[in-house]
Amino acid sequence: MANGLGKLIKTLQIDTRLLGMIGAFVAISLVFHIATGGTFLTPRNLFTLTLQTASVAVMATGMVFVIVTRNIDLSIGSLLGIVGMMMGILQVQILPELVGFGSPSIWIITVLFGIIVGAFIGGFQGWLIGYLAIPSFIVTLGGLLIWRGGAWWVSKGTTISPLDPSFVMLGGPTGTIGATASWGLAIIGSLLTIYFLMTARRNHLSHGFAVKPVWAEYALGAILVGGICGITAIMNAYLVPSRILERRFAADGLEMPEGYTEAYGFPISVLIMLAVAIVMTIIAKKTRFGRYVFAMGGNPEAAELSGLNTRFLTVKVFALMGALTAIAGVIASARLGSAGSSLGELDELRVIAAAVIGGTALAGGVGTIYGAILGAFIMQALVSGMGMVGVDAPLQNMIVGGVLILAVWVDIIYRRKTGDS
Amino acid sequence: MHKSIIAAAVVAAGFGSAVFADGHGITVGVSWSDFQEERWKTDEAAMLGAFDAAGANYLSADAQSSATKQLADVESLITQGVDALIILAQDGGSIGPALDAAEAAGIPVIGYDRLIEDPRAFYLTFDNVEVGRMQAAAVLNLVPEGNYVMIKGSPTDPNADFLRGGQQEILQAAIDSGAITIVGEAYTDGWQPSNAQRNMEQILTQTDNAVDAVVASNDGTAGGVVAALAGQGMDGIPVSGQDGDHAALNRVAQGTQTVSVWKDSRELGRNAGEIAVALAGGAALADISGAATFTSPGGVDVSSILLAPQPITIDNLNLVLDAGWIGKDVLCQGVTGVAVCE
Repeated sequence: MANGLGKLIKTLQIDTRLLGMIGAFVAISLVFHIATGGTFLTPRNLFTLTLQTASVAVMATGMVFVIVTRNIDLSIGSLLGIVGMMMGILQVQILPELVGFGSPSIWIITVLFGIIVGAFIGGFQGWLIGYLAIPSFIVTLGGLLIWRGGAWWVSKGTTISPLDPSFVMLGGPTGTIGATASWGLAIIGSLLTIYFLMTARRNHLSHGFAVKPVWAEYALGAILVGGICGITAIMNAYLVPSRILERRFAADGLEMPEGYTEAYGFPISVLIMLAVAIVMTIIAKKTRFGRYVFAMGGNPEAAELSGLNTRFLTVKVFALMGALTAIAGVIASARLGSAGSSLGELDELRVIAAAVIGGTALAGGVGTIYGAILGAFIMQALVSGMGMVGVDAPLQNMIVGGVLILAVWVDIIYRRKTGDS
Repeated sequence: MHKSIIAAAVVAAGFGSAVFADGHGITVGVSWSDFQEERWKTDEAAMLGAFDAAGANYLSADAQSSATKQLADVESLITQGVDALIILAQDGGSIGPALDAAEAAGIPVIGYDRLIEDPRAFYLTFDNVEVGRMQAAAVLNLVPEGNYVMIKGSPTDPNADFLRGGQQEILQAAIDSGAITIVGEAYTDGWQPSNAQRNMEQILTQTDNAVDAVVASNDGTAGGVVAALAGQGMDGIPVSGQDGDHAALNRVAQGTQTVSVWKDSRELGRNAGEIAVALAGGAALADISGAATFTSPGGVDVSSILLAPQPITIDNLNLVLDAGWIGKDVLCQGVTGVAVCE
């Protein structure tokens, strides 16, 4: 039986590590579902869980590249803090006077500004690491202190709030696209998945590579499409609380019809996370930049000798990390509806933990985007679940720390057994 | 109210300002635990006002949240020849060696805002238990019966439990009679708003939104709670806080937060400055006017002054405006239909 299953997985060419992580996530969820008396695996909680994870997951995708190139970035929590603070000040104190209060251009300018600042700061750190050959641990440890101090300095310790209402939609449950648009996206996503499976098969055949049996392709397609539709169904199963609907009708001077309901659908922040995940996966797998990153991580000397400009590559990797941190900062501050000087504190550790739980090797050269995102979900599920069960805060940290070490140990055993690098 | 003591010290010294007989002026050293927080700058300005009035000099050091650095800071201030010390303790439990050093040098110490459990230090703070009582009372006033959630402070900060204790005192009778039920309770790691938001979201999920009021221990956590409530369209149910944060006062004006218990830190700073000058002039700890004996949780009797905090609700927002604590544009951003904002 076990053998047959192993054969099936092999035929489908599914990454067993991915299966292991999904299994761990499901196991954790089931334990909490029972411990909370059946509230953990409800659409509402899963919806909240994705909202809570989005910010860390976005940064974790960038951290994969950083760790793959044998570097580390300890500064991202502080970087998120200062970029979030600057975006807060820009949209609350500066832009309303320039373009008018409530102007729709506010959030666009703010987000672009944040991404540019984030990429610039990240790129600068990358320059120090790549061109001046200062170890990344030191540069970003310095950055951790500098940018956190900078956030305090810029804000003088105050909390900037309330943020622009359109901007807030990028992070919180106020910004969702509704049931119809969610199904539309699910259909587009499913069609694209099928299209990519077909073109991949055709490419393999035209180059004379081995391909899976046709039934396996169908099975894989069915699993992926089923997954997309399942997640969409969960997001759509969570209904907007009637209090919010009543308020919305009241604001328009209308009475809410009896029995009226409305589904949330995908939150914008989760769509941002998905978009980042897809783009980062394409960069990692399909672009020259991505291949160079993994080549450099696998063997920096060989990469340099074969003509790669590893210094500039380092700058680009850290600039990308900075830009992603800014996007995470948008999600984090929008979710809270305010920007305080403690925003993002300790996020660097959550992000590194997510990437590492997701199978990114600190020795460099190995790591996947989906792994990092799943790692972020596993961490958040642990923290949120323990919060629901009522585990004390210090105990929560101890458990998360233990799980981190356990996950890496399991990964090492797995690599040893399968002979994976 | 301490002017008389300062005057006595001045007269005793025989000069127009506070100067010792050997000719050197009074110098007060202040050891801050974490000066990067905005509020201490307000405290410092108030202290400086008191020092200027008495002609005293000011020296300071910032421990940057490190109890170890704070010990070195205090020793350095003593070496620089201060006549009185004001210590905002990073960790009240590990400040003992600093007190030993101060005692050896004959320098009086004021424990500022955070308790130092040692009779050699004068304890000056706002009454944190009273803050907790005020928070619970303001909420209980609006929701005499129903389901309560308690969002507490950081598990490593003793003030978090003082606050929680004060809240319990007020709520106890209603809990015993069954009028109110506490359906959720959580510490907030590091007082971080995002942690409070996550905890509140989980409690709302766990209780299926059956929550009528939230007693949050400060304005930062209240911000996280209100964000979580807004996600369920429940913003507007009573939520407490403290500190008089600008963002929180704006929420009070908007009606999404019920109360922010305001500790006017200028009052605290001014008192500390005046007491420090008096102590430097030779007054004994117990002789400071208004001083009473405070028994700490560890059973230590310390001389202390506990200032009374001021709850700020939508009905008395004019207090923070009149005091110049917050500007009208900040307080009233996005607010309509509130008297002070018209």
